[in-house]
Amino acid sequence: MKHNIYIYILIAGLTSYLIRVLPLTLIRKPIRNVFLKSFLYYVPYVTLAVMTFPAIVEATQSPLSGFLALAAGAILSWHNKSLPLVAAVCCLTVFICESFL
Amino acid sequence: MRKENSTALRSGIRDGMPIGIGYAAVAFSLGIAMRNAGMNAFQGFLISMLNMASAGEYAGVQVIMADAAYIEMALVTLIANARYMLMSTALSQRFSEKTAFFHRLIVGYCITDELFGIAINQEGYLNPFYYYGAMLVAIPGWSFGTALGIIAGNVLPARIVSALSVALYGMFLAIIIPPARKDKIVAATVISGFALSWCAPYIPFLKDLNAGMKTIVLTLVIASLAAYFFPHQEEDSNEA
Repeated sequence: MKHNIYIYILIAGLTSYLIRVLPLTLIRKPIRNVFLKSFLYYVPYVTLAVMTFPAIVEATQSPLSGFLALAAGAILSWHNKSLPLVAAVCCLTVFICESFL
Repeated sequence: MRKENSTALRSGIRDGMPIGIGYAAVAFSLGIAMRNAGMNAFQGFLISMLNMASAGEYAGVQVIMADAAYIEMALVTLIANARYMLMSTALSQRFSEKTAFFHRLIVGYCITDELFGIAINQEGYLNPFYYYGAMLVAIPGWSFGTALGIIAGNVLPARIVSALSVALYGMFLAIIIPPARKDKIVAATVISGFALSWCAPYIPFLKDLNAGMKTIVLTLVIASLAAYFFPHQEEDSNEA
């Protein structure tokens, strides 16, 4: 590895801190620009979607169990189930599925 | 400590408890991903304590695995954590002018989806001590959970590691699906994200990017198009 892992960690930590603290300390008025506001609104959902699929299918021992976990998680989230419950059911789906395959 | 502050602190610890437990479980799964990237328990503990961010850290681990440039780590962290800017902006409106400035520097460090959620639920101005109470439970849950995932991920059977490794994605689903149900444009951006991320290995230019850069490029493209063609109408100023 060419890069130092502690420098990576420091950069990540510093970036995370600045992102969270700068608006809190500098912005006292709401953002008015419609494009910027909309862009910031959509960003989290797109990022998480891109990182979830197809990664969830590739994370498990068999792709099928990953697909079933995705389906189970999507259905439960659709019904507004809590975050820990959705995560737990996804794990359980993979565990049960891979126990029988 | 003044009585109202110690009451707020206790109430924050109480509300933070289920969050801390949930964090520990999800962080465990994140720890497994870090172990696969060759990180040790101390490094995992450190990155979790400094970042307090599931998606951001996961994206960061991809950068470490790719041995990519340092600037890429900053970019990836910025994109994956961009939503915290919105929450931070919203929280900035919840501080009383009488609250000392340094409280903003501490609360800001720990803006997460869940803590933001419970803080916004508080009536009136936010007492920073309420937030500190929740932080006292959330931070150890997240950091030690990560370290434990790296350590125990080594000794657990492959079948259990495989099962636990999807917890993180389950958490992502629980964050993106409910808003997608309420807002068709969000649903469209989520589906586009799934589809393009899946097709990326076959698309020229995209196929040459590492996982972190792919996330950045797809996010910028999809979110810009959505914001340009379908500007989001604010219905509730508290919603971020």
